[in-house]
Amino acid sequence: MFQDGSLSDDKTPGGGPVQAVADWVADLGGVVIDWLVGLGSVALFAFRTFLWLTTRMVRRETLIPSFYQIGVLSLPVVALTGTFIGIILAVQAYGQFHLLGMESRLGAVINLSLVRELGPVLAATMLAGRVGSAMAAELGTMRVTEQIDAMASMGANPIQYLVVPRFLGCLLLIPALTIMADFMGVVGGALYSVYLLNIDWHHYLKHSQDYVRGFDIFAGVFKSLFFGGAISLISCYHGFHCDPGAEGVGRAATTAFVYSFVAILMLDVVLAIGLESVYLAFWPEGPKLF
Amino acid sequence: MVKPDKDTGTQEPLIRIEQLSVEFGRHEVLHAIDLAILRGETLAIIGESGCGKTVLLKTIIGLLHPTRGAVMFDGQDLARLGERALTRERIRFGFVFQQAALFDSMTIAQNVAFPLRQHTRKNTAEIEEIVMARLAEVGLPESVRFKKPAELSGGMRKRVGLARALALEPEVVLYDEPTTGLDPIMSDVINELILETRRRHLVTSVMVTHDMRSALKLADRIVMLYPLPRLQKGESQILFDGTPADLEQSSDRRVTQFVHGEAGERLMEMQNGI
Repeated sequence: MFQDGSLSDDKTPGGGPVQAVADWVADLGGVVIDWLVGLGSVALFAFRTFLWLTTRMVRRETLIPSFYQIGVLSLPVVALTGTFIGIILAVQAYGQFHLLGMESRLGAVINLSLVRELGPVLAATMLAGRVGSAMAAELGTMRVTEQIDAMASMGANPIQYLVVPRFLGCLLLIPALTIMADFMGVVGGALYSVYLLNIDWHHYLKHSQDYVRGFDIFAGVFKSLFFGGAISLISCYHGFHCDPGAEGVGRAATTAFVYSFVAILMLDVVLAIGLESVYLAFWPEGPKLF
Repeated sequence: MVKPDKDTGTQEPLIRIEQLSVEFGRHEVLHAIDLAILRGETLAIIGESGCGKTVLLKTIIGLLHPTRGAVMFDGQDLARLGERALTRERIRFGFVFQQAALFDSMTIAQNVAFPLRQHTRKNTAEIEEIVMARLAEVGLPESVRFKKPAELSGGMRKRVGLARALALEPEVVLYDEPTTGLDPIMSDVINELILETRRRHLVTSVMVTHDMRSALKLADRIVMLYPLPRLQKGESQILFDGTPADLEQSSDRRVTQFVHGEAGERLMEMQNGI
């Protein structure tokens, strides 16, 4: 609650180069320690959420509003952005493929990029922006106005009551959002390619079918589960540990989004490498576009 | 109201605070506090802002953890209890928060019903009946139950907070600055409600306040806390512990200054960064 800011540093200037280096090392050590403490704290928060998830039934009245907010209300924006991403992929890739005379393979490129990467990452980013920061702001306001304390004082565990439904909402509904982003992207890319770029419908479809495997769609949806879990835990954590005042709530909301986005991309790298190894184990010949 | 212990004739305190220290990082707010609160007693904790009154109140109910020392409630150390046992003990308390801390997303009736839904197996009709009775007790009309907290005035919100704290008929009610931010009449309405609550439910009350009128009107006993940085070396953080009548007679200048609301040399001290 009380953090030492730079203003409270009692280091005196002019201590010589050795002192300066020592201060620098101490500062760096402080940053590393803060970072590790923060990471440990998030891990503990996640552990407590899992514990509550497995030990007590979630109440219906907390689950439904959370599902509605996370799933239903996010669907239109995910669908819209998915469509645009499909079209953008067609626009950007067309020039290069046209030069090679391989426009009909656009379907493979667009659809594969969508289902493996862009669909899940886009759905997760939209969720982090729309739902994650709102969750951090809402829980942050509840922390600042002592509503979380009030809940605990009445013998209701705030993690069970506030975090578990949000975690479940993100975890269970992000696959649906990802499939929606994939689907709309595929439709947007196909319509643009066929009707505006005049690519042959039959070949576009044939190449899409040949190169996009069930595993690719599965890999995208599977990744999204991790993204959803990370978004909810990071956002709820920042809401729960919000600094006092309006500024604290604002900072919790933005930090929740930034950290969620970084976590999405970091998880994506790890999962992409892991899933690629799984893919190669099952289909050693590997994916070939040409 | 106050029951003596059968064997010894002396009364066992309901809440015993032993050598309690609370720190946030390197910042110590409470240091070695010893306090015993008897069953049925109304204790007012007074002191200027930032002296650790609210921290003490939140530590009593286990919302904050002691850095050293312990809070014993009915013979048990709350900090050592598991989740389930802590919940069982916590519902013996009612906490009235400074800004009421009503849940924004719920209606007034849902707010008051919250602890009942959490901890009782009563059906909707029974819960509704209790909610209406509690709201009536604090003088709120039936029409407020469908409203959201944001639609009510500060005084009404505080009364809903009190109704919610009393929903489970607690043994101890903790009040965090119950009259702060209210007009004088509403302040006195809240005071009367606190008195009535004590009469009707026979509760032990701990009230944190800097409103001397409320403290003198309601308390059986008053404890004054003083901010740690301004204490003399070796001095207890509890500057005063006694009845309201003793408080008026106190010879400590810091106590009389607070009771009569005199700035004295405080402004100069503050300007000098103390």
